[in-house]
Amino acid sequence: MIEIKNLNKYYGKFHVLKNLDLNLEKGEIVALMGPNGSGKTTLMKSILGLVIPDKGEIKVNQISVKNNSSYRKIIGYMPQIANYPENLKVSELFKLIRDIRGGDDSPDKELIADFRIEEIYNKNFGQLSGGYKQRVTAAIAFMHKPSLLILDEPTSSLDPLSSEIMKSKILKEKKESNLIFVSSHIASEVELIADRIIYMLEGKIILNTLIKNIKNGATEFKLGKALKDLIDMKIKEKND
Amino acid sequence: MKKNSLKILKKYFCFICLLSALCILGFNFASAKIITVCSDCEIKTIKEALALSLDGDVIVIKEGYYKENNLLVDKSIKITGENKVVIDLEFVNQGFVIKKENVTVSNLEIRNINVNYIQDLSAIRVEYTRGCTIENNKIYNSFFAVYLAESKDCIIRNNIIKGDAKSESSSGNGIHLWNCSNILIEKNETSGHRDGIYLEFLKNSKLNGNYSHNNLRYGMHFMFSDSNAYTKNVFRENGAGVAVMYTKYTEMRENRFEDNWGPASYGILMKDISNSIIMRNTFYKNTTAVYLEGSDMLQITANNFIENGWAMKILGNSLNNTIISNNFEGNTFDVSSNSTRNENVYQWNYWDKYEGYDMNKDDIGDVSYRPVSLYSMLIEKIPESIILLRSLITDILDVTEKVLPVFIPETLVDNSPRMIKYKYD
Amino acid sequence: MIKKIFKYVVFELIRSRIVWAYAVFLLLSTLGLFYLGQNSSKTVISILNIILFIIPLVSIIFGTIHLYNSKEFIEFLLTQPVDRKTVYWSEYFGLACVFSFVFTICTGIPVLIFNFSFTSIYLITSGIILTFVFISLAFLSSVINNDKVKGIGLSIILWLYFAIIFDGLIMSVFYLFRDYPLEKIIIFLTSLNPVDLSRVMVILQTDVSAMMGFSGATIQNYMGSFTGKVYAFAILILWILIPSYISYKIFSRKNF
Ligand SMILES: Nc1ncnc2c1ncn2[C@@H]1O[C@H](COP(=O)(O)OP(=O)(O)OP(=O)(O)O)[C@@H](O)[C@H]1O
Ligand SMILES: [Mg+2]
Repeated sequence: MIEIKNLNKYYGKFHVLKNLDLNLEKGEIVALMGPNGSGKTTLMKSILGLVIPDKGEIKVNQISVKNNSSYRKIIGYMPQIANYPENLKVSELFKLIRDIRGGDDSPDKELIADFRIEEIYNKNFGQLSGGYKQRVTAAIAFMHKPSLLILDEPTSSLDPLSSEIMKSKILKEKKESNLIFVSSHIASEVELIADRIIYMLEGKIILNTLIKNIKNGATEFKLGKALKDLIDMKIKEKND
Repeated sequence: MKKNSLKILKKYFCFICLLSALCILGFNFASAKIITVCSDCEIKTIKEALALSLDGDVIVIKEGYYKENNLLVDKSIKITGENKVVIDLEFVNQGFVIKKENVTVSNLEIRNINVNYIQDLSAIRVEYTRGCTIENNKIYNSFFAVYLAESKDCIIRNNIIKGDAKSESSSGNGIHLWNCSNILIEKNETSGHRDGIYLEFLKNSKLNGNYSHNNLRYGMHFMFSDSNAYTKNVFRENGAGVAVMYTKYTEMRENRFEDNWGPASYGILMKDISNSIIMRNTFYKNTTAVYLEGSDMLQITANNFIENGWAMKILGNSLNNTIISNNFEGNTFDVSSNSTRNENVYQWNYWDKYEGYDMNKDDIGDVSYRPVSLYSMLIEKIPESIILLRSLITDILDVTEKVLPVFIPETLVDNSPRMIKYKYD
Repeated sequence: MIKKIFKYVVFELIRSRIVWAYAVFLLLSTLGLFYLGQNSSKTVISILNIILFIIPLVSIIFGTIHLYNSKEFIEFLLTQPVDRKTVYWSEYFGLACVFSFVFTICTGIPVLIFNFSFTSIYLITSGIILTFVFISLAFLSSVINNDKVKGIGLSIILWLYFAIIFDGLIMSVFYLFRDYPLEKIIIFLTSLNPVDLSRVMVILQTDVSAMMGFSGATIQNYMGSFTGKVYAFAILILWILIPSYISYKIFSRKNF
């Protein structure tokens, strides 16, 4: 569903994404991990067209994202930091999206109910707490039954209960026809929801594997520990 | 004894003179006749009438249309029209040429005088004589209209002179006087000529209540014409306004100079004028209201300067003029000068741009006023900078100069500016 | 799509306090000038000053601030199936149209009521053109600066440059080259500043033009003629198009 070839991105002299190649198929939940500043958000934004790559090609459903916007019809995006116009009411925000996207879909009823968005329906977006902002963002991302979900640290500022709601929502959206691309720092979360794990380091993908391959059939499994070992090994390989 | 007899002789001589003068006059009165001209009359043309007339006769022209030209008047007669008398010159030659004293031409309408580059063809021309009266005539479409040369003691009154001037080079003046003296020019209206009123070497004369407007070049233009008085005339919408040159002892009072608005228009341009009085005139909407070049000892007093581009432009070679009790209102620039020195006096004027205060309530501002702005000086030096008119930089420039005077002549200042307008009525 | 987003931009601007403050200011100063000045054709000239200084100032400063405030909105739109071209031009026309509209209602209509003349029509046209020009420049300065403070700073500098500094430079040029014929250069120089060009075009319409004397007559001959007017208009349009197009190009390559 997503094909990335030789992707390069510089911020000024700073080389953020280095010769990145990546293919993601539908039917999977893919977790993107990596230390702060490794380029996860940049990669996701490149797919969305928010960041313009300096070199390389990105295709979503065989359509190049360059100078194109219609491919975003199938994408639901949840940014790491929620940025919406401050003085727009939540209800107006939903209305705006409906207007732009066309169609008469309403926001995801389940999430609205579970996240109690009705309570803040008539508040300005700027007045919301960080968590509520993220809840609204989630409701918007899931709004149009997207077949590609790009979620940038979706649980980072949610309370534990909401975090659980979020995770079960992600699992629920996992279908044959959907691809869910989610970044996270929380290994246990990834272990719970993801099929595949991609690890980025300094703008490079150093690991791209199915979780079940790491697990290797072990029953008592700690992903964090396994991952650390694996990555240490990779880095050593590289240095040698 | 000898002295006494001489006195008697003198008296006797005077008596004889008087007697003979009376005789001549009486004789003339006795034989004066009225010659009537009309299409049905015995005398059908003005020319015939002129030929038949003798000194003291009156030629009365009846209503009608006369196609005549070259009408030489060499007798002391009165020529007058009844009702509407039109004399059409059909662009051939000139109209009346008066070469005898005491001639009156009145109530006529004279039309269509040819443009001629060698001769100054005119509707009425007076030469080398005295005592003429030109009154209540209408002169349309002439090259020159009323032309007086080397004549004295004449009256030009109540004439309407309307030309059709297209270009300066192919047009003449409405009232044109050369080397004359003691002339009264009163209540005439001149328009559509090159200069409405043109005076050269005119002395001891008066111009009152004339209205000169829409002339191609000047409403009035005079040179070398000392000791004349100009009162209550109106000069409006003339191409270049009024220009006066090389003259002394002139008085100009209560005239109006209005709407002389163009790239080179002046309310009044004065070049080499001295010892004169400019008083109680109104200058309204002129590009430059008063322009002084090489002019000295002028009293410019109690005039109104309203909504002109420049109220006064005074070149550095104009000295010892006093500018007192004038009102300056709504002018873009009040005073401008090309010189960093000032030899003129400004006092008790009312400046609407004055922002000072009057603590002792004597209606005279307590701080002095500088009527020259830095920007206006810059324009004098570099005329092109007028393109910046009404841009912010010019205001900044002027404010800076006000705070830190550097360029503007220190003495160019009104030390007692009025708080309220000066009224002389 | 442009229409939909345009609608939202306009909708948001109308709710903005600054736009209302601008409207009230323009209306009060226009009516005030007509009320105070007895001579309405002179008042038109005073209004020219508002147009030449206030419009550029408010358009560029508020335009810049608005763009920084709309950063989130723009970013959000770009995650939706909307292309950058649409987003950019709806923002642009939204801002420029609201500002022009406010100006037309609050200054234009009163001017036409009190003084219906060719000058007034020129005045209003230049007001609208200058609004567009300075909105374009606002876009340029906000698009090349990610930092809000730097962007607003640049906008202020741009305004100072076009309103004052440029004319100061012209003055210096005049002074340095005062011995040369300058008329042709003047026309070229004024073309480099939309504020000057508008000012000259309006002044040439009024009787103040007579004060420009002989050098003014040359300018009048050129700029006052039909080709001159077309030239000035074309230059002003370029002043709208070039900055807005450059900033569009930068915008479409920008990272969010
Ligand atoms: N607009 C920008 N201009 C300059 N540098 C940027 C910009 N955005 C991101 N960077 C830099 O690019 C690098 C990658 O940033 P990115 O946000 O992709 O990291 P991340 O992997 O998402 O980190 P985190 O885990 O903190 O979210 C960082 O070093 C960051 O400082
Ligand atoms: Mg990130």
